Amino acid sequence: MTLDPINLLAILGMAIATYATRIAGLALAGRLDLSPRAQAAFDAIPPAVLIAVIAPSALATGWPETGAAAIAALAATRLPLLAVVAVGVVAVVALRAVM
Amino acid sequence: MRHDLRMGLGDIWPAMLAAVPIGFLFGALAAAKGLSPLEVLVMSALVFAGGAQFAAVELWTTPAPIFALVFSTLLINARHVLMSASLAPKLGGFSLGQKLAGLYYMADENWALAEKRARTHRLTPAYWFGLTVPFMLCWLMTSTLGATIGAAMGDPRRLGADFAFTALFIALVAAFWKGRVTFWTVAAAGIASALTYRLAGPPWHVLAGAACGLLAAWIAAGTEPAAVAEEATP
Repeated sequence: MTLDPINLLAILGMAIATYATRIAGLALAGRLDLSPRAQAAFDAIPPAVLIAVIAPSALATGWPETGAAAIAALAATRLPLLAVVAVGVVAVVALRAVM
Repeated sequence: MRHDLRMGLGDIWPAMLAAVPIGFLFGALAAAKGLSPLEVLVMSALVFAGGAQFAAVELWTTPAPIFALVFSTLLINARHVLMSASLAPKLGGFSLGQKLAGLYYMADENWALAEKRARTHRLTPAYWFGLTVPFMLCWLMTSTLGATIGAAMGDPRRLGADFAFTALFIALVAAFWKGRVTFWTVAAAGIASALTYRLAGPPWHVLAGAACGLLAAWIAAGTEPAAVAEEATP
């Protein structure tokens, strides 16, 4: 078990940067007086961020991943969370095997 | 209070299950780059940001390139500014200490579940910590174990485990669906992120995707009344 001082410094820097982004919203939130249009953009933050994080895996990896993402999206219209994860994982394994 | 704690636990466990293979994978990749299990534990406990931690391990060399690591972390986690700004007005029942401690471990999953909860219920500290504490412990344990076991696990792609997060996030997006505006948000965010990933590489895709998604929502919301009027005309 080792803890290299340079590595520790890097980890601390990453931790401070991350925490700063997580509490910045506390200072921002009270000052925002949003128009209906801006409110719609604000409400779109969750799906926009979630999709931006996974798009490379879903759209820029290969056809099996894109196909499995489409199947998971279809499953998401009618199945609960964990079932969607199961369908997606099974689909990607199956598609990788045949494609 | 106990009810809310249990509700939090009940809502987070699918995300915990999805995080198990990702945690192992992260630990194994970090070990392959020469990080010790203790360093992985400290990073997971202090940073607690899956995407940023994966990107950091990708960039890691000896000695650690501190500036590149901190900059990449800041970019990937820039979305947290928007996320916490969106969550902050819903934390009315929290003391300042609970806000500062609770937000330390705000990740995509517990934040998304809290936002979903806030649409129908009052968000309580018990619910938030019921989500957050087990999820954080799960990430600490699996990533540290992954680093300990290391390469002995074999290729996680074989089991489709690398796709678990993608499927989970798709399912979470469905919970935020609000019709046409969401459709354009998702389309713009997806295309912009995938293109940026191909052309510029990580971590820029998260920023570009989120920005284009918000822009699309802003444009789509502006055309809403006109579209409704058109549909109303026979």
